[in-house]
Amino acid sequence: MSSLVSIQILNGLQLGVLLFLIAAGLTLVFGVMDFINLAHGVQYMLGAYLAVTFYGFTGSFLIALVLALVATLAFALALEVLVFRQLYARDHLDHVMATFGIILFVDQGVKLVWGAAPLSLPVPELFSGSVTMMGGLLYPVWRLVIIGSGLAVAVGLYVLVGHMRVGMLVRAGATNAPLVSALGINISRLFMLVFGFGAMLAGFAGVMIAPILSVEPGMGDAILILAFVVIVIGGIGSIRGAFVAALMIGLVDTLGRSFAVDVLRLFMGPSPARTVGPALASMLIYVLMAVVLTLRPAGLFPAAGR
Amino acid sequence: MAKAAPIETRAAPAVAHAGVAVPGLIFGVLAALPAAAVLAPENYLLALGTRIMTFAIAAVALDLIVGYGALVSFGHAAFIGLGAYAVGILAAHGIGELLISLPSALVASVLFALATGAVSLRTRGVYFIMITLAFGQMIFFTASSLAPYGGDDGLTIASRNILLGLPIFKDPRVLYYLVFAALAGTFFLCRAIVGSRFGRVLCGAKENPTRMATLGFEVYRFQLVAYAISGALCGLAGFLLANANDFVSPAYMSWQRSGELIIMVLLGGIGTLYGAIIGAAAYLLIAEFLSQWTEYWQVIFGPFLVLVVLFGRGGLVGLFSQIARKRHA
Repeated sequence: MSSLVSIQILNGLQLGVLLFLIAAGLTLVFGVMDFINLAHGVQYMLGAYLAVTFYGFTGSFLIALVLALVATLAFALALEVLVFRQLYARDHLDHVMATFGIILFVDQGVKLVWGAAPLSLPVPELFSGSVTMMGGLLYPVWRLVIIGSGLAVAVGLYVLVGHMRVGMLVRAGATNAPLVSALGINISRLFMLVFGFGAMLAGFAGVMIAPILSVEPGMGDAILILAFVVIVIGGIGSIRGAFVAALMIGLVDTLGRSFAVDVLRLFMGPSPARTVGPALASMLIYVLMAVVLTLRPAGLFPAAGR
Repeated sequence: MAKAAPIETRAAPAVAHAGVAVPGLIFGVLAALPAAAVLAPENYLLALGTRIMTFAIAAVALDLIVGYGALVSFGHAAFIGLGAYAVGILAAHGIGELLISLPSALVASVLFALATGAVSLRTRGVYFIMITLAFGQMIFFTASSLAPYGGDDGLTIASRNILLGLPIFKDPRVLYYLVFAALAGTFFLCRAIVGSRFGRVLCGAKENPTRMATLGFEVYRFQLVAYAISGALCGLAGFLLANANDFVSPAYMSWQRSGELIIMVLLGGIGTLYGAIIGAAAYLLIAEFLSQWTEYWQVIFGPFLVLVVLFGRGGLVGLFSQIARKRHA
C-alpha cells in the first residue's frame, strides 16, 4: 500500500510540474497584460504535435524538442502581433471571444493537418527504462525526467523573475503596467517577450508529455481548465502561487482519483462508493478552488497592487 | 470595477433607436418561420428554429447578468444541464407530467444558482469568471458519473412531457410555438426587470458597487437574485432542449457550451437582450451552414469570431446601428 501511495505521489508531482509549466506562462500573461488567454492550451497541443512531426523528420528527440520550441515561439509571436496586441486594452469578454475563436481554429486545423487519430511519440532511448522503487514496483524514468525538468524550470523562473532585471520589469508590469511604461520601458516589447516565453513553456510541457500521453486534437482544452484553476488558486500574476497551487492540484487530483473509492468505502457500501467515488474525485479540485476563493477571494499569493 | 465601463458605452446607442423595431422584427420573423416551410423540408426548418430559440432563451438570460450586471458567468451551461436532467431523470422513473418536471427543473436551477451564487458573488472580475467555471465543471462531472442515468453516454428520454395527459410537445409545429412563447416570455420578463427599480440597482452596481452600497442598497442581494433568475431561465431552456431532443447528456453542460453562450451574447451585441437572440441565431445558423459545406467548418468559424472581436465592436447589433447612423448622416 505504501509503495502504491508513493507511486501515486510521484504521479501527482508529475502532473503538478506539468501544470506549472503551462500555468506559469498563463499567470504571467494574465498578471502583466490582464489578458485572458483561453488559447494557451493550444500551444501545449501544438508543442506535442510539432515534436511528433520533427521527430519523424530527424529521428532525434532532442532536435525535435528544440525545433518544436522554436516553432511554438514563432506561432505565439505571430498570434501576439496579429491579434492579441489589439485586444489588451479591451475588456475580458473580448479576450474570451477572440481566444475561443482561436481554439476552434487550431483544434480543427490540427485535425486537418495531422488527422483526427491520436499520434504517439516514443520515449527517448536514454530514458526509456524504469527504476525499481521500494517494494519492488517499477517507475518509468521518463516521468522522473518530467518532474526534474519541471523543477529545473521552476528554479530558473525563480531566478529570472525574482533576481534579474527583466524579471523585475515583469513583476513591476504585473503590479502597474502603465507606470512601468511611463518610466520609459518599452512595454509592448516586454509584453511580447512575456507572451512568447509563456507560450514556449506551454509548448515545452506538450513536448515532454507527448511520450506518455496520446497526442490528439483538443488535448490542450482539458489541461487549460486545470491551469486556470491553478492560477486562480495561486493568485493571478504570482509565479510562486502558480507553483504551490500546481503541485497542490496535481497531488489532490491524482490521489483523489486513485483513492477516493477506497476512502469512501470506509463510510459506505462498495456499490455506492464506486458510483460516488469517481464523481467526487473529478470534482475535488473544483471544490478546493471554491473553498480557497471563499476564504481568500484573490487566491493564495495575490500579486501586490491588484 | 473599472473594467465594466466600456460595456455600457458600447450598448447605449444601440438601445436608443432600436428598442422597439428590432425586437418586433425578430419576433415577427420567428413567428412566420414555419410558413416558410416551402423553402426547406418542414421538420428540418422547425427543428432548427426550435433549437435556435431554445439557445436564445439561455443567451437572453445570460445577457441579463452579463450585460446589465457585469457578472460574467462562465458556467451557465450548468443550468441548461440541470433543467434537461430534471426532465430526463423524472422520465426515467416514468414521470412525464409537465406540471411536475417543469417546476423541478426551475427549482433545481434556482437552488443551484443560490448556492453557487452565494459563494461566487464574493469574488470579482476574473475570479468570478473562473469560480463560475469551477461550479459548472462540478455539475458536469456529477452528471458524467450518474451511472444509473447513463453517465458519460447520456440518457434517452422515452417520451416527451405531457400536460395533464395531453401530449403537447409531440407535434413539431406546436413545440415550435411553445418554445416561441417561452422565448417571448423570457425576453419581456428580462426587459421588465431591466426597466424596473431592481434593474437600475443592478446596472448601478455594475458601474460602481461602492456608490450603490453607500446609497443603502445591499448590492450582493440584488446580484444574487438576478443570478438566480438568470439560472432559472436557463433551466427553462434546458427543460425545452431535453423535450425537443428526446435526449440529455453531460455534453449539454461542458465548459465549451458555457463559452458558446457567452459568444452568442457577444456576437449579437451585449446589453440589449434582443442582441442575444440575434447572436444565438447567427451562431447556430453559421455553424449549421458551414458544417454542411465542410467537415472542418471551425477553421473558418474561429477566425470569423476573431474578426468580429477586432472590427465589429458591439457585435452584430453594434454593426447594424453603425451602418444605420452612417446612412442618416
